Amino acid sequence: MMAEAKHKVVSLTGNYAIAEAMRQINPDVVAAYPITPQSAIVEKFSGFVNNGLVDTEMVRVESEHSAMSACVGASMAGIRTMTATCSAGLALMWEIVGVASGLRCPIVMPIANRAISAPINIHCDHSDSMGARDLGWIQIYNETAQEAYENVFLALRLAEHPKVQLPVMVCEDGFITSHCVQNVKIFDDAVMKKFIGTRKPEFALLDLKNPITVGAIELQDYYFETKRQQQEAMENVPAAYLEIGKELSKITGSDYGFFQEYKTNDADAIILTMSSATGTARSVVDKMRAKGKKVGLIKLRLFRPFPYEAVAKALEGKKIVGVLDRSMSFGAHSPLFGEIRNAVYGMKDKPALQSYVFGLGGRDLLESHVEQVFEELLAGKTNDEIKYLGLREVSQ
Amino acid sequence: MAAGKDAFEIRIHGRGGQGAKSASQLIVEAALDQGKQIQAFPEYGPERTGAPMKTYARISDKPITTYEPVLEPDTVLVIDPTLIGQVDVTGGMHKDSVLIVNTTETPEEMKKKLGFSGRVYTVDATGISIKLLGRNVPNTPMIGALMKITGVIDVKYVEQRVEDMFLKKIGREKTDANINAIKTAYDEVKG
Repeated sequence: MMAEAKHKVVSLTGNYAIAEAMRQINPDVVAAYPITPQSAIVEKFSGFVNNGLVDTEMVRVESEHSAMSACVGASMAGIRTMTATCSAGLALMWEIVGVASGLRCPIVMPIANRAISAPINIHCDHSDSMGARDLGWIQIYNETAQEAYENVFLALRLAEHPKVQLPVMVCEDGFITSHCVQNVKIFDDAVMKKFIGTRKPEFALLDLKNPITVGAIELQDYYFETKRQQQEAMENVPAAYLEIGKELSKITGSDYGFFQEYKTNDADAIILTMSSATGTARSVVDKMRAKGKKVGLIKLRLFRPFPYEAVAKALEGKKIVGVLDRSMSFGAHSPLFGEIRNAVYGMKDKPALQSYVFGLGGRDLLESHVEQVFEELLAGKTNDEIKYLGLREVSQ
Repeated sequence: MAAGKDAFEIRIHGRGGQGAKSASQLIVEAALDQGKQIQAFPEYGPERTGAPMKTYARISDKPITTYEPVLEPDTVLVIDPTLIGQVDVTGGMHKDSVLIVNTTETPEEMKKKLGFSGRVYTVDATGISIKLLGRNVPNTPMIGALMKITGVIDVKYVEQRVEDMFLKKIGREKTDANINAIKTAYDEVKG
C-alpha cells in the first residue's frame, strides 16, 4: 500500500461521498433535477451551495432535458460543469446526452444506476447507463462509496484532458451503494483542489477575443469527420486514464487500472462483473479459497471506452469465465458479456465463457448465487444460453 | 457473533418513519468512532410510512465487502412490538443470536409468544421514551439495550454521537434526555 495523503475517515453513503467530491471540486455550474435514488447527491450539494461552502451557480431546472442543456451551455462557455441523474432522468435527457459528447463537453455526471421502466421500478440495475453506452460518454463503474468518491476526481481530470475532452458518467449502484453507509476516506480539501487544478479549455464561447461557433449544422459535408474525431478522442482515453490514475494514487494509495484482478493467478474459475456485485463476489472468493477452491474475480471499472486488449491479456490462458451482467440487451448478448466475447475473439488460448444475468430491478444478489456460479464454472458447465441468478421461474 | 464470521451483523425491524434507519446509522457511526469497519443499509421497499421495514448493520475489524442483506443476524432489534406475529423477526437467527424486543412483556412471555427458544431480551423502550423524551421515539433507547446485551461497541461512543448529532439541533436539555434514555434502557433491559 502506498502512502496516503492527509484524510479523515467518515461514515457516508455513496451519494453523500459523491456530494463531498463535488464540494471539493466546487464546479462553476451544477444544473440538476432530482430522481430516486440519485436525489441525495443533488440535495446534499444544494445544501453546500446554500451554506456557502461552494460558490457554484446552481441551476434549478424543470427537467433532466433542461439540466443537460444548461450543462452543455455552461461547459461550452469554458467552465467546470457537473450534474447527476439516473434511469428515467437519463432517458429524458437522452437527446442532449449525445449533444454533450458530440460538442466535446467535459461534463462529469454521477449516475446512481436504476432500472428503466416498465414495469416501474426504483431499484438498481444497469439498464440506464448501459442503454447510453453508445452515446459517446466515458463510463466508469464503482463498487464502493470510496471508489465512487475517488473516481469523480479522476473523471474530472480525464474529461478535461486536452487529448480527450469528453463527458464522463461515474456510476454507483442505486440504493445498494448510493444509500449504504460505509467507511469513506475524505482527502484533504487543499490536496484535492491541487489535484484537479483549473480547467484550461482550448476553445470557449466566452473567450471573446477568439470567437468560435458552437453547435453548427454539419450535414453530408462534415458530420462524418466530426464523429471520426470523437472516436479518436475515445482512443486517447486509456493512456490518459492510466496517467491520471497514477497521479491520483499518490494521494489515495488506490490503484486505478481499467479493471481489478482478485486472486486470478492460479484460478480455475473466474467471475467478471462490475460495481457492487464485485464486493459480494469477493467475499465468496475468500470463503471458497478458504475451502481450497481456486476461484478468482475481475472487477471491470472502465466500460467505455472498452479496454479490449488489456482484458484479453488478463483472460488469455484462463480456463473458464462467468460474466455477470446487471442489465440485458434484449435479443442480443448482455452488454458486458458481449464485450468480453469480443475481447477474446481471435485469442489462441481463450477461456470458455458463460453469460449470467442477475439483479434486475434490485433483485438481491446473494452470496449463494455467486457460489452457485463458481460451482457451475468449476464443473465446466457452459452453454450458449443466458443463465439467470435468483430468478423465480425455472430457466435452465 | 457466530464462529467463522468476520462481521457482527444486526437486523432491525421497525415501521416506516420510526427511525430504524437512523438507529442503524447511529450504531455504525459509533462503531466507526471506535475504529471499526462499518456498513448500514435499509431494505427499501416502496417506502410507506407505517409499513414494516428492515434495516441492516455490519461491524467488523476487517473491511466489509459483501452487499448481501443480513441473512443470519447476530442480533435482531424489534423497535415496534406490533410487528410480533406479523413479521418473521427470528428468521435466520443462530444459536448465539440475540433478540431484543421493545415491549412491556417479560422475555419469557415473549419467547412463548414467538415460540422461540433462543436468547430473548425485552425493554420498555416506548415507556422510557415517553417518560424521558415526552414522545414515542423508541429507536434511541433500543441502542442502549443493544450495547448492554452485546457489548459490540462501548456505549460511550453512542452517547458521544448523540451529543454531536443533537446538541446543535435540539439543545442541551433534550440532548441530555436522549442520552439519559439510552442509559436507562441500558440499565433496564431484561433477560
